[in-house]
Amino acid sequence: MCSKAIEKDISACGLCGIINEEGFSIDGETVLRFISAMNERGNGLGAGFAGYGIYPEYRNYYALHLMYYHHRSRETVEQLIDENFEMEVSERIPTKRVISINNPPELWRYFLKPKNCPDMMGDELVVNFVTYVNAFVDGAFVMSSGKNMGVFKAVGSPKDVGEFYRIDEYEGYMWLAHTRFPTNTPGWWGGAHPFNLLDFSVVHNGELSSYGTNRRYVENFGYKCSLLTDSEVLVYLADLLTRRHKLPIHIAAFALAPPFWEQISQLPKKERELLKAIRLTYGSALANGPFTMILGFSGGMIGLSDRIKLRPLVAARKNSTLYLASEEAAIREICEKPEKIWRPVAGKPVICLLRRKLNVELYPARIHYQMEC
Amino acid sequence: MDKAIIDAKGLRSIELNRRIKDAVASGVKEILLKRVNGHRFIGTGIRGDVTITIDGVPGNDLAAFMDGPTIIVNSNAQDHVCNTMSNGTVIIHGDAGDVLGYSMQNGKLYIRGDVGYRVGVHLKAYRDKKPVIIVGGTAKDFLGEYMAGGVLIILGLGVNERVVGNFIGTGMHGGVIYIRGSVEKHQIAKEATFSEITNEDEKILETCLKDYCSHFDLDLDEVMNTKFVKIVPASYRPYGKMYVY
Amino acid sequence: MSSFIPPEFIIKWNAKKCTRCLTCIKQCSFEVFSYIEENDAIISDNSKCVGCYRCVALCPAKALIVKKNSDVFKSNHYWTPDVIKNIYKQAESGGVLLTGMGCDKPYPIYWDHMLLNASQVTNPSIDPIREPIELKTYIGRKPDRLEFRDDDIELRTTIAPQLEVDTPILFAAMSYGAISINALKALAMAAEQVGTYCNTGEGGLPQDLYEYSKNIIVQVASGRFGVDLDYLSTGAAIEIKIGQGAKPGIGGHLPGEKVTEAISRTRKIPIGTDALSPAPHHDIYSIEDLKQLIDALKEATDYSKPVGVKIAAVHNSPAIASGVARAGADFIVIDGFRGGTGAAPLVIRDHVGIPLEFALAAVDDRLREEGIRNQISIIASGGIRCSADVAKAIALGADAVYIGTAALIAMGCHMCQKCYTGKCNWGIATQDPSLVERLNPKIAAKRLVNLLNAWTLELKEILGAMGMNSIESLRGNRLQLRGIGLSDKELEILGILPAGR
Repeated sequence: MCSKAIEKDISACGLCGIINEEGFSIDGETVLRFISAMNERGNGLGAGFAGYGIYPEYRNYYALHLMYYHHRSRETVEQLIDENFEMEVSERIPTKRVISINNPPELWRYFLKPKNCPDMMGDELVVNFVTYVNAFVDGAFVMSSGKNMGVFKAVGSPKDVGEFYRIDEYEGYMWLAHTRFPTNTPGWWGGAHPFNLLDFSVVHNGELSSYGTNRRYVENFGYKCSLLTDSEVLVYLADLLTRRHKLPIHIAAFALAPPFWEQISQLPKKERELLKAIRLTYGSALANGPFTMILGFSGGMIGLSDRIKLRPLVAARKNSTLYLASEEAAIREICEKPEKIWRPVAGKPVICLLRRKLNVELYPARIHYQMEC
Repeated sequence: MDKAIIDAKGLRSIELNRRIKDAVASGVKEILLKRVNGHRFIGTGIRGDVTITIDGVPGNDLAAFMDGPTIIVNSNAQDHVCNTMSNGTVIIHGDAGDVLGYSMQNGKLYIRGDVGYRVGVHLKAYRDKKPVIIVGGTAKDFLGEYMAGGVLIILGLGVNERVVGNFIGTGMHGGVIYIRGSVEKHQIAKEATFSEITNEDEKILETCLKDYCSHFDLDLDEVMNTKFVKIVPASYRPYGKMYVY
Repeated sequence: MSSFIPPEFIIKWNAKKCTRCLTCIKQCSFEVFSYIEENDAIISDNSKCVGCYRCVALCPAKALIVKKNSDVFKSNHYWTPDVIKNIYKQAESGGVLLTGMGCDKPYPIYWDHMLLNASQVTNPSIDPIREPIELKTYIGRKPDRLEFRDDDIELRTTIAPQLEVDTPILFAAMSYGAISINALKALAMAAEQVGTYCNTGEGGLPQDLYEYSKNIIVQVASGRFGVDLDYLSTGAAIEIKIGQGAKPGIGGHLPGEKVTEAISRTRKIPIGTDALSPAPHHDIYSIEDLKQLIDALKEATDYSKPVGVKIAAVHNSPAIASGVARAGADFIVIDGFRGGTGAAPLVIRDHVGIPLEFALAAVDDRLREEGIRNQISIIASGGIRCSADVAKAIALGADAVYIGTAALIAMGCHMCQKCYTGKCNWGIATQDPSLVERLNPKIAAKRLVNLLNAWTLELKEILGAMGMNSIESLRGNRLQLRGIGLSDKELEILGILPAGR
């Protein structure tokens, strides 16, 4: 829980995502170079990484990354962990001293299995646990709570944060990264991106003018927005729509960024009825305001920008690796000659899935999965 | 010395631009920038008659507030190219991003490939100052938003589907947009309207496209041998009736 | 017994300017003016003037001034002239004081204590006149979630019937009887043109209006006037009237003066009798009875249209709203105490009910707390004066608003509050044919369309300024409001932060 100011934080940023469809590893060093290429989009006051596939030996355990501002917080949380989970490993997250990263909180990770809990309820237990800790345990925050993945974030430039967390020592099949330009709460580690719940992570560039509406909607379902940044609510929406409501991923994307009514009215009947149903039912999930976001989950990642394209997004492909970034130059930094480089259409999700050889850029008139080169 | 070569690798934007400006100040007329990647504000605030060639992808705000030089990009460009440019020529041998030519007042922006959203917003013309933006591929939504003058041409070369997006010419009250291909009524905003191509238009197109084709080795006849659609403002005071006093 | 009641208004007639056209005499239904031939003068009986300003508006020479008669009693902050006059009236008649339109007393106006947000820099506003801003709203029950067949786009969930509007402003219920047929026609025509809805109120649906039924919500009130299968199946939606803001807890009131032959035919009651809708529906004494009525209406119309409930804003509105939602209503109308009426006892109009702003915030909160907010659309009603009020109502949680008083003003009403006399000089709140014909339905409809268009444009400006291009993002978004000059408790109930936070 944060006892600091209750103002909503806003920031402009740079973001990137990279995934290898076949599941081959991408090393952290590459991701570091990727996000650092966009240094001018941040102001050195926040950066973060989400790596997927980084804990293969513990792939069936929930990997919890926590930050503690008081010693007492760790005691409280570890007691809660003890009550609810079997702890396979508990250790500090390895870090390196970096001059510009001051007064870091204590950083710990745990590999856990739920206690006395049927398999399917494990996720629910973890969600409740994370919600509780973030909202009610003074000085403790869960950075990530997924399996075989982890979020590493801090106040600092991407290079410094990457060095601090020794990102170059990890490798995974998918990474999200972010550099931040916060305008308030600059000292607050919890406000850096990515935000995470279970295996959903989000990096976000922009501001949600619909935050008040989105927040009230998810809070109806037990989520608590406690991290002072509007981006946080995107992760809860993703969890609600896909895990709890079991919506197919492209439908969830439509809920977040549906086409305009004018465009819907020109579609064939079936698609028209479907999109109308989505807008009617999930109007409170609509993300308004300028944004580009990349939402990652264990099966892949989705890049999405707002319907009137007020924030940038560039995509590229080389062999089985897909790249998403705020700027083309960042992609070229780590991939000089991509096979294909394109600017996705506003409001239409770019869906990159793992090991299904389906790279889809959806057009409302062709909602079925489609092969694209 | 008349030519200069600057290696941009490892340089921050501010350092690169300092070197470029130093070169211009010392009388260099041709500058070649190598290994550019994401460097911003190239050409910004530079006046006069100099040609800058860029190998690599320049960052945002290429040629912003520029007044006179020529910039040639041998790759794609990013967003905000020619932002409030007073004069100059920018040739891009690739695609470019969003918000190009914002408030451009004169000069030329030629792109061989596709462009993104909000291209040619607030274009202004005054007497002999007339900005021209020509795109070889496609353009997306909000083309020519709030256009007050100048010429926008979208060619859609080699493209089978839609050449332009929606909301074309919202708030348009000056200037003209030519589109090589078909445009449906619902794609243009209520402040814009279709108009017949006249001989005058043919002359304008020929002049503009001749220059354009020369930069990209294209055949003028092939380019001009198709139907163009002309879009103009429906009124010069589109919001006159909206307010009550 | 002689009357002590001084006239409310004093009329000043300018003899020099007057052209003796006698328009004032012809126009005033209250018979204030007469012409004295010998003196070539217009004289006025001030005691009859109600302050409707018809004469002032129509005098071609601008020779008339109607002034408030202020200095009639010694100045007294507590025993005001109105209080004293009311006592005189009751002493003279022994009757219940009647009035029209909505509460005019100086209770705090909470709309004017809330300010709207605008975006800058970090979240830029959207240009409303050049970019799409969507105000499209669907009123009706929404599903909790969507379910699909397998992985396909085949939707398994069915959506309940909805009313679709392109702007979140509808016309409130005003009955045929309370207002004239021409006023009703104007409302229906305007609703059709703009693509919104008007509401029959308790008066049934006159035959003339059947052609507009696609845009008419039919009301089922306690008196069940004019309710039959034709009526039910013809409307776009059905609204059960439990209460109204102007007179919570008591029934509708159409004085016999206004029950003409036409009214009698539509309402199916004898000419000249007072049409009193009883306070409660005599078959609804508990929430399960309401559920039954809702089910019955849905069954009667084959589940093809939304069925909603209108309640007055009172102290336990949230609990009532929750009950109404669970009883199966598709929309709920919350009518605040500023709501208007054709006739109501003064003491009820001015002292019963609570402001819409609080009721709306409280109902929205409660429904969300119970996880049922999606099951029912909220229409906020009662004193919506401008597009800013509309925006604030939506930010507090409403899906749409009803306008009643504002619509009548658009048609020419001058708020004299004498609707119950049936002598409305503007042709709006009357059944007298010679007065009704003064209101040209086409012109009145145009004025209504203009009003709605203007507010719609303004709403787009407001949304654009907030950086939103769809109204879904404003609905219930309390963060877009800031309170000014409100106590902590009031801020808490409205669920908004104070300006500066």
